[in-house]
Amino acid sequence: MSAPATSAQFHRDAGRVAHDLRHRELMQKALGGYYLKRDEQKAKYTDWQQARTAAAGIKYEAVNHLDRHLVEFAEKIAARGAKVFWASDGAEATAYICRVAREGGVKTVIKSKTMTGEEIHLAQALEQAGHEVVESDLGEFIVQLREEPPYHLVFPSMHLTRGEISETFERKLGSPHAGTPEELTMIARGVMRRKFCAADMGISGANFAVAETGMISITENEGNARLSTSLPRIHVAIVGIEKVVPRLDDLAILLPMLATAGAGQPITAYNTMLGGPRQPGEIDGPEEMHIVLLDNQRTRILADPEQRDALHCIRCGACLNVCPIFKNVGGHAYGTTYQGPIGSVITPHLRGLQNWKHLSAASTLCGACTETCPVRIDLHHHLLQNRRNAVQGKAAFFEKWLWRGFELVMRRPRLYRLAAPLNRLATKFQPLIQRTPLNPIRAWTNTRDFPKAPAQSFKETWRQRRNAPSAPDADRA
Amino acid sequence: MQTVPDSRDRILARIREALQAPAPRRHLQTHGPAAPADGSAKSPEAWLPPVPADREGRVALFAKNSADLKTEFVRCANHAEVRARLDALAAGAGWRRVAAHRFAAGEDAINSLGLPVTWTDSGYTVPDIESADAAITGCDCLVAQTGSVLVTSRSAGGRVLSVLPPHHVILATRDQIVGDISDAYAAVRRNHGGEAPAFLSFITGPSRTGDIERILVLGAHGPKRLTILLSDES
Repeated sequence: MSAPATSAQFHRDAGRVAHDLRHRELMQKALGGYYLKRDEQKAKYTDWQQARTAAAGIKYEAVNHLDRHLVEFAEKIAARGAKVFWASDGAEATAYICRVAREGGVKTVIKSKTMTGEEIHLAQALEQAGHEVVESDLGEFIVQLREEPPYHLVFPSMHLTRGEISETFERKLGSPHAGTPEELTMIARGVMRRKFCAADMGISGANFAVAETGMISITENEGNARLSTSLPRIHVAIVGIEKVVPRLDDLAILLPMLATAGAGQPITAYNTMLGGPRQPGEIDGPEEMHIVLLDNQRTRILADPEQRDALHCIRCGACLNVCPIFKNVGGHAYGTTYQGPIGSVITPHLRGLQNWKHLSAASTLCGACTETCPVRIDLHHHLLQNRRNAVQGKAAFFEKWLWRGFELVMRRPRLYRLAAPLNRLATKFQPLIQRTPLNPIRAWTNTRDFPKAPAQSFKETWRQRRNAPSAPDADRA
Repeated sequence: MQTVPDSRDRILARIREALQAPAPRRHLQTHGPAAPADGSAKSPEAWLPPVPADREGRVALFAKNSADLKTEFVRCANHAEVRARLDALAAGAGWRRVAAHRFAAGEDAINSLGLPVTWTDSGYTVPDIESADAAITGCDCLVAQTGSVLVTSRSAGGRVLSVLPPHHVILATRDQIVGDISDAYAAVRRNHGGEAPAFLSFITGPSRTGDIERILVLGAHGPKRLTILLSDES
């Protein structure tokens, strides 16, 4: 059986990036600053650990009574004029949004950051339907110009230097060379201002959906989500069903924790709650607001009580930032919408276990993700469970027989005794075939030395000492 | 647009079926309940950064947070000083036109600038706001714990005014300081009764981005400067 293409791609790209020293330096610089700010911010909490437990409790309550909270949210926001559309999968969601765009006579769509939108390839669908789609988040805008997917679910362009970004702007926007992040940001701001004023439709995600008041809450730093949701005539918010929280007051703890865990900030620059389109008596705001509630296999995670807490995720990206795998292989190697530990946990549910099980194997099980998660998702155990489930579903032929052979040898002392000299023989001959296809374990020894067998096994030593009269064991006997 | 048939019932049926099997409360198993040892019930906000109980302490904390966030926070003794500070801002930055809305604590000060003003109260065009040198608005409250200003569509002249011009100036009074975000929601409920505004936003410092090499740049899409003039006089 050959490995699926997804796994081959991961191995190829991970292998390449892991040896890229420039990539390593960029990651270290970007994340080093993050660790300092995050720790400084966490230290200000009366008790960060208790805050994590409280936040997990809120999400537990929300996810384990999801039907009730979702219905309340939908009814409350619809009562204030928003149209709510429940989409089973990406196809239903994109078909609906394309229809809204068509019927609304939309030419230009301005998008603020939405990972859920990435998940269902919303921008591509709208472009194919003939609408111009512009990403307004700076990082997303940069990767859109480069026709790349986001590198990190919170920092989409963290893999690029200012030089590369300037080169992209020069090529795609015809802008002059810019040497500083500030100059580059101002170029993007200028381009985007014109788009904001001309766009007919704004698309956003939602970080939370509040059942009690029928509001979505959007967390951002740049102000592009505020502009995308207030200037265009039509606002579409795409909301994963797991985003709902019971009460408005729940945000009092979740908004600061999201910012602290995700970016080491006390709270992000803008946290906006929207409870409908322009209301009677309001002077501005969109004429139409559409809420697209998306399942897209989330109910499959829900149906697995062992991993249901994966739906607690608030997409802060903290688990990526501490993950030794993410830091070494980078975001693109995953080939998924959601990178890092949380991506490795949920992608098998969203897109099929057999094609994505290799991500759960790409882990040292160090537990850094679980330790950092602000809503206490048991991430590294979920990776182990995915491995277990993958093997139960479809054990690898080679592995199955390997273990059978191991069992056979271990249960028969005579066979085991034979293994020691065989091992010494293998040690001698292994270097001859080290990098050739003849080597059955070359995937492992490509980057590692084959362990050298000692000249004498423990059993042999033991026997020898017992037979020798001066051995300490013999004295005691 | 006509109502389109959707998957509401199918999704809810899947959710209800999935929830038949209960999930373990693993967050409590490994770390104990989120409550102090003496058993007294605490709201989750108790674990966040501490906030002084007295107003003066809260003003001091807000000032400190503002400095960290690069918000220009100016404490004024009375409305006359607010007017003087606003004049100084206008002169310093060379404002030629401002955009604003009418609110009790601000209208006189804005008029006394002697500049052309685009008032949003009875409607506006986007280019008029976009090309203004500054926006001057009120707010619902100031949150000491996070250094945030809570604006709503009713307290800040709509949804757009406080984010489009390059400089946002907020005129507030000392009695608008609250402790944390929970207190801010309570203030909204108090100010606006049962039906909360359909737009609420916590503004915390000027617009910012770190998307290029994680280096902080102010004024990504929203205001590059955020100034809060706080009057001790109500």
